[in-house]
Amino acid sequence: MSALVRLTEVSKFYGNIKALQDVSLEVHPGEITCVLGDNGAGKSTLIKIIAGLHRHDGGSFEIEGEEVSLGSPREALDRGIATVYQDLAVVSLMPVWRNFFLGSEPTRGRGPFRRLDVAAMRETTRTELARMGIELHDVDQPIGTLSGGQRQCVAIARAVYFGAKVLVLDEPTAALGVKQSGVVLKYVAAARDAGLGVVLITHNPHHAYLVGDRFVLLKRGAMAGSHAKSEIGLDELTRQMAGGSELEQLSHELERAPVPDVIGGRRMDVPDASGVSGASGVTGASGEPGGSGASGISGASGASGASGASGEE
Amino acid sequence: MSAQTAAPAGEHVAGRSYLRRLVGRPELGAVVGAAAVFLFFSFAAESFLQASSLSTVLYASSTIGIMAVPVALLMIGGEFDLSAGVLVTSSALISSMFSYQMTANVWVGVGVSLLVTLAIGFFNGFMLTRTKLPSFIITLGTFLMLTGLNLGFTKLISGTVSTKTIGDMEGFDSAKALFASHLTVGGVDLQVTILWWFALVALATWVLLRTRAGNWIFAVGGGADAARAVGVPVNRTKIGLYTAVAFCAWISGQHLLMSYDVVQSGEGVGNEFLYIIAAVIGGCLMTGGYGSAVGSAVGAFIFGMTSKGIVYAQWNPDWFKFFLGAMLLLATLLNAWVRKRAEASK
Repeated sequence: MSALVRLTEVSKFYGNIKALQDVSLEVHPGEITCVLGDNGAGKSTLIKIIAGLHRHDGGSFEIEGEEVSLGSPREALDRGIATVYQDLAVVSLMPVWRNFFLGSEPTRGRGPFRRLDVAAMRETTRTELARMGIELHDVDQPIGTLSGGQRQCVAIARAVYFGAKVLVLDEPTAALGVKQSGVVLKYVAAARDAGLGVVLITHNPHHAYLVGDRFVLLKRGAMAGSHAKSEIGLDELTRQMAGGSELEQLSHELERAPVPDVIGGRRMDVPDASGVSGASGVTGASGEPGGSGASGISGASGASGASGASGEE
Repeated sequence: MSAQTAAPAGEHVAGRSYLRRLVGRPELGAVVGAAAVFLFFSFAAESFLQASSLSTVLYASSTIGIMAVPVALLMIGGEFDLSAGVLVTSSALISSMFSYQMTANVWVGVGVSLLVTLAIGFFNGFMLTRTKLPSFIITLGTFLMLTGLNLGFTKLISGTVSTKTIGDMEGFDSAKALFASHLTVGGVDLQVTILWWFALVALATWVLLRTRAGNWIFAVGGGADAARAVGVPVNRTKIGLYTAVAFCAWISGQHLLMSYDVVQSGEGVGNEFLYIIAAVIGGCLMTGGYGSAVGSAVGAFIFGMTSKGIVYAQWNPDWFKFFLGAMLLLATLLNAWVRKRAEASK
């Protein structure tokens, strides 16, 4: 089966700065490819190349077997690649129906009388959103009045409606609560079931593992691993995502640092956890305490997990 | 899932949302303000309600209004044009001096002026999209350069600060008929600029609300990055808006020339703020993404009523600027409130 999108050893330089080097990934129809990495790992550069905002400098970028170099988002869209950005998915002051069709507005009439097909735009928006379970009384309300999760869903519904073959999602759950994230992930899965290839960019391995079929790990602009779901467990993914050997080093350093009273007094297991050698101890700790588990993972280090916990309470 | 239960309740919501939608209109504040100003001067000035006074008010409104329309569109698109005021004068000067120096038909000068004016508008837009500098800086530069060029060229060519009269040249009468004639409707004398103004408001409203370009104007002002990401040609839209400002500056400039047949080269400085004020009073957000052409017309009408109403009320015209400033502040506060409402996430 040929891939919808195939990147082979793609690189990108900004002047002398290497933003991305030799990154390879494949997107197949009906599959979700997750790209995981910490801040600055090159996730956004990768997404910009696929979305057509930047051209790649090295390697090859194929869409359905044809080698391309995309010069604009329009080109990417015309080839069936739709990108949904975390914070710039929609124009918040504009009505929902105008947002839904933005950039691909249907028109009626000819010449100077060519005009937006407003009735059809409103109606389509209403029915398409209803199909995704979003019931709006008024598609004329500014989209900024919807919740963050709903806005992401509108953007996904839009991409699906316009016949995207590949859906690229940039941190769709980053700014959302647990329940909202669940709703968004449900639509991501729905898009996959509809036969789309999905690229899900995230720094949350839990969300990635829930829906992903293959996982590409980025670290400082380079590939740190590429696995199919069958090859890797959640713990191992979390460990690699969290930095693996770097975390061991960090845990080693923290061991010698004096433990602040706040942490030492409140959480008895902290000296214990850092005492256990290596990353397995940290992974174990991050799995156990429900609430702080997430911050331990996303922060990718024991230090930020601990400071987060002491800051909250 | 909840569709069945929501449907009957939806009727009520629809009724309420109609009212809410009315309150959410960008022009609403301006319309209320215009009504208040109108009532105020109806009582304060006896002659204000006479047909001839209203005709004068409409004329004053139209001279600002013709430019306020594209400036409002530009502001919805998220940009300013500080050169709009002097561009009107430049356009008139080019037309006048080209005709006079080349001893050509007036229409040739009018045509050349159109091309040059559009090119200046294009330059503004091109520089903006290329350099990514704020439009405030780019158009402030154009403003200063044009101010200098207007004075410099006029003195160089005609030796004084005003152009030579072109009133006796071929084609002047027909050009005057188009840009600066009077019509008598029902015994009331109306300037043709009022027609230009209404036509431009209608055209701009159509473009803004019913064409793809209009959708793009809202989008590039409300979120240029989001718009670019879904394939909106952001740069082309902005350049188009600056060209529209230039086109209307050409209309205004030709009116300026044809109504007096000479042009003062120092004119127009400061008018750019009147256009911006009309657009803002009319409900355009300074930050872009929200507003209307009709609002800009109401804003210009408020300007016309205030500037002439003060004269009819036989007050010192010095008070005019105070009025204008107070209206601007009130309008901006109202707009800020609207934006907060529109952007508030649940």
